[in-house]
Amino acid sequence: MTAAVAQRQRADRLRLLVQPIAVVVLVGGVLAWAFGQDLDSIERQSLNASSLVSATWDHLVISFVVTALVLVVAVPLGVVLTRRWARRAAPVFLGIATIGQASPAVGILVLFFLVSGLEGLWAAVLPIAFYTLLPVLRNTMVGLQGVDPALVDAGRGIGMSAGTVLRRIELPLAVPLILAGLRTALVHAVGVATLAVFVNGGGLGLLIDTGYKLARVPVLITGAVLAVGLALLVDWLGAVVETYLGPKGLR
Amino acid sequence: MASEIELIDVTKRYPGVAAPAVDSVSMTIRAGEIVVLVGPSGCGKTTTMRMINRLIEPTSGRITIDGEDTLSLNPDRLRRGIGYAIQQAGLFPHLTVGQNVATVPGLLGWGRSRVSERVDEMLDLVGLDPAEFRDRYPRQLSGGQQQRVGVARALAADPPVLLMDEPFGAVDPITRGNLQDELMRLQAELRKTIVFVTHDFDEAVKIGDRIAVLGPQSRILQYDTPEAILANPADDTVAGFVGAGASLKQLRLRRVREVELSRAVTARVTDEPAEVGRRLVEAGREYALLLDARNRPVSWAHVRHPGQPRPVGDSVSLQSTLQDALEAMLTEGGAAVVTGARGEYVGLVEMDAVIGTVQKLRGDHAEPAS
Repeated sequence: MTAAVAQRQRADRLRLLVQPIAVVVLVGGVLAWAFGQDLDSIERQSLNASSLVSATWDHLVISFVVTALVLVVAVPLGVVLTRRWARRAAPVFLGIATIGQASPAVGILVLFFLVSGLEGLWAAVLPIAFYTLLPVLRNTMVGLQGVDPALVDAGRGIGMSAGTVLRRIELPLAVPLILAGLRTALVHAVGVATLAVFVNGGGLGLLIDTGYKLARVPVLITGAVLAVGLALLVDWLGAVVETYLGPKGLR
Repeated sequence: MASEIELIDVTKRYPGVAAPAVDSVSMTIRAGEIVVLVGPSGCGKTTTMRMINRLIEPTSGRITIDGEDTLSLNPDRLRRGIGYAIQQAGLFPHLTVGQNVATVPGLLGWGRSRVSERVDEMLDLVGLDPAEFRDRYPRQLSGGQQQRVGVARALAADPPVLLMDEPFGAVDPITRGNLQDELMRLQAELRKTIVFVTHDFDEAVKIGDRIAVLGPQSRILQYDTPEAILANPADDTVAGFVGAGASLKQLRLRRVREVELSRAVTARVTDEPAEVGRRLVEAGREYALLLDARNRPVSWAHVRHPGQPRPVGDSVSLQSTLQDALEAMLTEGGAAVVTGARGEYVGLVEMDAVIGTVQKLRGDHAEPAS
């Protein structure tokens, strides 16, 4: 192992340790500061344990439903688009996913609301999933395309069916990239979920929105810091999963 | 166990390409032999081999294994019965050595304990200690070790046929030589039908029972034993491929035990030098070979100064190739001493014997005068 690789691994391990501590310190500090203020009645309506927990919970639910949706759609789609018979369709789907990511999230969210008339969780989840589809789709495809063709040939040559090669060789080897894509998608989702408030989806966006509109700075800051802390925490979870779930022989 | 493979008018055309990649090849590969397909890059030798296990489907023609048409079988099931080893081994990097070797038995639905027993047996067979290597990952092995695992994986389900596509192409020359020796040792034991693809003619000569020299579109230019091809190339193309030094290469195919040994004047190291000198004069020879108490050659004594013997430098065994013998002759400056299993003196190989052997080989394989 080269010194550079060892150094990077040390940095990664350090980050795995430091990141959650930083989140706890940051969120704890801001909460202590906010609750230490002389809160008026409007502020007290937002800044109390039960509404903070429920806003955070809603936020998490939106993020994880988005991720689950993306996983269920993007990974199979990525698999199909890398098969030889469907390769030609790949640019079309990549194009659609790119449009999804390139357009402003608020725009997609509002347009979807106007077109569908939906409100609440699904009105938030569906457009956000569309917005975060690309990293998982692209990483799934890149991961599968990156598998050495000689390994596929070896697998077929010793009698594996195409499906067995996909399941036992290609997908496991693509797992690190798929996980990396998923981590990116999840962090995006946590960030964009702050917009769910505009379609009555709840979440930490509610605090930010309230604080902004009613000019209550402690509410605004608490909402924003909680969202940041959540994103960092989710990113940390992703890093942990990537470290311990990737194929062992590749580490 | 081994199977005979027959290719009958096998042709492969790719759409949009006028000339076929493989044009009407017919050949019989006898059970238990190593047949080497050798030819320049792009001649279609790999395509020809891959049609045997249907990684490439022939456009027309038939391929049979033990008389059974391969096209009548399910391709995946067919391939589980044919070992397959490729360049750089093609080991699955996310699976351990043991899991790699266990792949085909697993596909065939063997029980767990039988598979694990077989894995250890195969690793042993290719010279890797199972306890040490079973749980390692491929990237923790050297190129040569990976290649051994590749061969173990190909042989794990005991297939009667083994296809090898330049399996030793990506390792250094010394490891390559060792792996070739190893393959020959394995084959002496297992007697599989092996189809081996290479572009290295020397490799073909070394390991092949038969060599098929292929031209463009896999046209068979000559299909014969290495001796016959070296002694009498079918045409200029084959001769060009055999390259310079065909006679020297032939020496590699012949063993010292196959030539007539001559006798030296021998004496004991303990004999009086004057007596040794007298016997040399009597025999009309220049040198006497001095042996120790257990008949092992020690030194050469010259007729004019038998008291100052010169130590024997290089000796060869009965199993050595004539190339080794020639090398020993050149360093010794005359005849090469041949020793037996326990290092005892057996005889001498002389230049005339080597020349005679090459001449005889050429004569045997020469076209009959018409």
